[in-house]
Amino acid sequence: MNFESLRAFFIHLRFICEKELLATFKDKTARQLLLAPVLLQGLLFGYGATYNLDQVPFAVLDMSHTKESTSLIAHIDGTTAFSRVKTLYSTNEIAGAMDSEDVMVVIVIPSDFESKLAHNEQAPVQLITDGCNTMTAGLVASYIGRITAAWNAENIGTPPIELITRTWFNPNQTTRWAFLPGLIGMISFTQVIMLAGLSIAKEKEQGTFDQLLVAPFSQLEILVGKALPPMLIGMFQSTVLFLLALFWFEIPFSGSVLLLYLTLFIFVLSSTGIGLTISAISNSMQQVLVYVFVLLLPLSLLSGIATPIHNMPEALQIFTYADPLRFATDALRRIYLEGAGLKNIYHDFIPMLCVAAITLPFAGWLFRNKTT
Amino acid sequence: MNDFSGFSRRLRALVYKEFLQLIRDNSSLLLGIALPLVLILLIGYGISLDVKNVPTAVVLEDPSPTAQDSVSFLTGSDYFNPRYVTSMKEAEILMEQRKADVILRIPPDFTEKLEHGEAKIQAILYGVETTTSMTVQGYLETGLASWLEARQGSTHGAVIVTRMWFNDANTSSWFFVPGLIMLIMTIVGVFLTAVVMAREWERGTFESLFVTPVQAAELILAKMIPYFCVAMAGMLLCLVAGHYLYGVPLRGSIILILAVSMLFLIVALGIGLVISALTKNQFNACQLALLVTFMPSVMISGFLFDMHSQPIVIQAVGQLFPTTYYLILLKSLFLSGNNFPLIIKNSLILVVYAVLFLGLAFHITRKRVEE
Amino acid sequence: MNAQTDYIVKTENLTKVFPQKDGTSVTALAPLNIEVKKGVLSALIGPDGSGKTTLMRLMAGLMLPTEGRLTVLGKNVAEEPQAVQNELSYMPQKFGLYEDLSVEENMNLYADLHGIPQDIRPERFERLLNMTGLSPFTKRLAGKLSGGMKQKLGLACTLVRSPSLLLLDEPTVGVDPLSRRELWEILKSLVASDPISIFVNTSYMDEAEMCADVFVMNRGRVLMEGTPADIRALAKNLCFSVEPPETVPTRVLQSLLLDDSEHIIDAVPDGGRVHFITRGAEQSPVLDNFSLTAEAVPERLEDGFMLLMHKDLKENPDLSAPAVQSRDDKILKEQKRITSDAGLPVDIEVKNLVRKFGDFTAVANTSFSVHQGEIFGLLGPNGAGKTTTFRMLCGLLPATSGYLNVAGVDLSVSRTKAREKLGYVAQKFSLYGNLSVLENLRFFGGAYGLSGETLKKRINEVIDEFSLHGRENDAAESLPGGYKQRLSMAAALMHKPKILFLDEPTSGIDPLARRQFWRQITDLSAHGTTIIITTHFMEEAEYCDRIMIQDQGRLFAIGSPEGIRDELGLKHAPMNEVFITIVENGRKEEHK
Repeated sequence: MNFESLRAFFIHLRFICEKELLATFKDKTARQLLLAPVLLQGLLFGYGATYNLDQVPFAVLDMSHTKESTSLIAHIDGTTAFSRVKTLYSTNEIAGAMDSEDVMVVIVIPSDFESKLAHNEQAPVQLITDGCNTMTAGLVASYIGRITAAWNAENIGTPPIELITRTWFNPNQTTRWAFLPGLIGMISFTQVIMLAGLSIAKEKEQGTFDQLLVAPFSQLEILVGKALPPMLIGMFQSTVLFLLALFWFEIPFSGSVLLLYLTLFIFVLSSTGIGLTISAISNSMQQVLVYVFVLLLPLSLLSGIATPIHNMPEALQIFTYADPLRFATDALRRIYLEGAGLKNIYHDFIPMLCVAAITLPFAGWLFRNKTT
Repeated sequence: MNDFSGFSRRLRALVYKEFLQLIRDNSSLLLGIALPLVLILLIGYGISLDVKNVPTAVVLEDPSPTAQDSVSFLTGSDYFNPRYVTSMKEAEILMEQRKADVILRIPPDFTEKLEHGEAKIQAILYGVETTTSMTVQGYLETGLASWLEARQGSTHGAVIVTRMWFNDANTSSWFFVPGLIMLIMTIVGVFLTAVVMAREWERGTFESLFVTPVQAAELILAKMIPYFCVAMAGMLLCLVAGHYLYGVPLRGSIILILAVSMLFLIVALGIGLVISALTKNQFNACQLALLVTFMPSVMISGFLFDMHSQPIVIQAVGQLFPTTYYLILLKSLFLSGNNFPLIIKNSLILVVYAVLFLGLAFHITRKRVEE
Repeated sequence: MNAQTDYIVKTENLTKVFPQKDGTSVTALAPLNIEVKKGVLSALIGPDGSGKTTLMRLMAGLMLPTEGRLTVLGKNVAEEPQAVQNELSYMPQKFGLYEDLSVEENMNLYADLHGIPQDIRPERFERLLNMTGLSPFTKRLAGKLSGGMKQKLGLACTLVRSPSLLLLDEPTVGVDPLSRRELWEILKSLVASDPISIFVNTSYMDEAEMCADVFVMNRGRVLMEGTPADIRALAKNLCFSVEPPETVPTRVLQSLLLDDSEHIIDAVPDGGRVHFITRGAEQSPVLDNFSLTAEAVPERLEDGFMLLMHKDLKENPDLSAPAVQSRDDKILKEQKRITSDAGLPVDIEVKNLVRKFGDFTAVANTSFSVHQGEIFGLLGPNGAGKTTTFRMLCGLLPATSGYLNVAGVDLSVSRTKAREKLGYVAQKFSLYGNLSVLENLRFFGGAYGLSGETLKKRINEVIDEFSLHGRENDAAESLPGGYKQRLSMAAALMHKPKILFLDEPTSGIDPLARRQFWRQITDLSAHGTTIIITTHFMEEAEYCDRIMIQDQGRLFAIGSPEGIRDELGLKHAPMNEVFITIVENGRKEEHK
């Protein structure tokens, strides 16, 4: 008897999943919408999301006109991080250069530069950065500072202290390395919540949900049947991004593939729970879309993918525990770049599993009891 | 029969209807008012690109007072949150447990070597969070340099004196607020408009309206006016919050800020109308709106990431989106003032987009029900 | 009358072709040449997909003709759509009410758009609201109105001004007989009092009967134009009526007659008798078998219409229509009338059923039982509580109180178990549109525990039974209306359920397809399937063994159609009349 009911359960499950997958993939546009944007966004974000300096346009005002000043400028010109677009001749031109959009930094070398150097004094070099873009401005200042320090060491003599820096897991501090593994989670997050969210609302709007409720499916069967397809699609999209990161952007993978997929599984499970809950409380597809939108933006911002979590106020950090994307981002990055093992990241699983354990049964309960 | 009085009467009736629907359907207000509020609070108080309180593990292998003094800049600073450990191993464990983002190691021979001017300090950065690691490196160098300066009276050589051109406070909420306004305007203007317009097509409410004296242009204008108001309300909300809560300066003229925002809003509404007229279906309208406006405006308009650092191709793609020009205008008007050549140039581009999209919307919205 | 003013719409070789995605094209209107008379009510009747709505939309300037000329109100619509739209009012099939606006706000919107001056509004609105019976609900949101009330509000919005031409596209689909009658009273009084022409597309023959002029359309062509009397006259001397023997259900005799296509063109139950059209003088052997003699009766509009349809089908065979099947009618012949003392097992038992939504009582204290193999009809005006009752029986909605036993299972104990034994066909087509016929059948078969070879075999059986051949791999949503209906039935019957629930399965379906549908139901019931059905076509109550009439949540009458008729002393009266009498009597009593 028990075996029979188990068998019936799996037969039911098979048919629900088969139907869900067919209904999703039958439509050509839907198929395209599931693959193309993922690739497109992967490439766009991969190339676009960068804090690494590359060809930052700058202008120079050299009022010293000495061998020393020319040599310092040559050092800056020599890096690929900066590209000189203008040479200024008087201080009056600075404002104009900064106001035009194509100069981000102006380097001013005062006329007494050489004489101060000769007298063993500090010779200030003024750096004017564009404050509209604080992130870049800060990076520019620190980078030019490093170039100057190197120039000092070469021309004036090594300073008494040398800072030897080494960056673990990402030796060149490439933003993309940090960003793409996080993206593996974020892009499938959007799609999974959206798909799971629409799955029931769509059936309600098309009237097929009654048909499903009248069939002898149990609550659990409908729940699992509705949850599996978005999960599979989410895992598939994550795989696409993973391959993109690995082979297109050539970011070395240091972790275990098995652990990566375990993390992804737990992550899409919790995202599906959120999506299905949204679906069960909404009456129309439009409502789902609005709720998804209103949730997705804050959840993405709070995930730490673009800004570090520990910069957030304590109260907000507590709130991020409900955000599966936060923990997925952390775990994925660490598995990918650090090669972290289960013992290092298992604590990331707990909040995600809690979210799943609350949302999934809640959604299942809502299907039966709130759909009249 | 006066043509204009008919026009204004019908328009008034339709606009009234839109407002009633807007008020009764809370989802529009949720997107138009609640979401901007949540985001501005999150961005102002919550997320920040500024790197502060970086957990730092300090390994003092040289117990001398000089060595201790050399890293004293960590303790007083907002930027670091130092934790002194006794061995490199301990520090590495801290890093592995994600309790440290930086390891700073002062070797045993530090004081001795310092005498000879050959001292070395080792810094190990956590590269998984690149923004932090890049910034921290600069902080460390500056910190050590100023310690040296204080110790030796003065150093010689070239030093960098940095001046921020517009954003003296150097906080990222200043940087985010213009971007947020752009985001709200895009969501309400494009996304919401596309979905509500597509809903009328989908529910067949247009069919009944079409067979009245209503002109297509009146239908379009009647959809634009209420959502124009919602978006402007969202924008003013962000503006006031940004200015009074976070002290974001308004160096340019407020009139100009409002003017360019209205201009951009017309572009956004135009895009929304075009999308809805093309898809006539809520789900596809939403997907398309998401794909052509939302993602690009977040990723490649310069909202989060500086365009100059992106590859030429991506920059070129970014140049295609009107959001990019609006963001340039907003940032400049907020943080630098009335820079007329820049304002005129970008506004003109937006005007071209407005004419293009509105024209297209008027052209393809016909009083017909053919599929 | 001069030639210029006697028509309001004129089509000259009007053609409309829809290009399809796959490169082919569908001709919705073949060259059409008609004139719609001015100042009268004209009706357009014809089966699903015959191009009626397309013609309406062309007239309203919502579509452009592919070829030909269309003159409405003396203007070429293709050239001056706005000028024409300024003078006509059009009510689409599904009137686009704004559900989040109130009744009054919807009406005001249309009044504003049409430029009705404020000073004449109160008087006009009052008249419209009284006519439509919406006066008590002016502040209610349109989305909260019942289906029939929405339709009436749509009409009120369409009539905020007096147009020269009023176009109505199936204004009474899903509207109960009472509301239908009120709606037509409005139309008739309008034509009488105002200089207005009305052109109505309808699938109700009794409505077409009230029009001065009728156009019969099929597959993009007008088969005939004439007064209802002209069309009726086609069936002159061919119509007969016969009373079935005491023990034989009306529908059984009707089915047997219908199957005898050699002698009989059409047969339909009517007022406890069977009304049929013969091909000629020769009597059907079916009547001989029962030793019955038919009496000649006056022909009706529907008879003329059916004759036209059959003639057209014969001249232009429709390849997409299913072939008539030879059936084993032995079981059918043996079927007896079901009476409560027949000792048949009870399949559904309802005692003191109550359902409340907040303060509102949707179903009040209702008890009844349904026997195995019975066809049980739920009738009632819009908002009577029949949908609520229906949903509770299917287990879609829990009851507030009362006892509910379906297929031997107490629904309050185990709903999943009861669900295995029932099949369900929803009101509107609700299978998975983008899945193919086979995939849908596979899914529903699987849902009821079929798999492997059993599933394959059963799929083939239902494909045969419901003539779905050749369409197995087509997406369900791309099927024509009749196919969709049969697919829904096939899916619901995959597991051979004991009980079949049908929620308004025939709404919006033409008479031809309805005959086929009921033929199948008759067969199912003969094989022992219990059938619960709701419908707005009162004449369909004649197919049922017993019916139940509800209004405002209360049970007004229950019994066999004959029994109910006898009780009211309305022997052989049409069901429509019976229904209206019962509901009106019931409401009067309620008032006291």
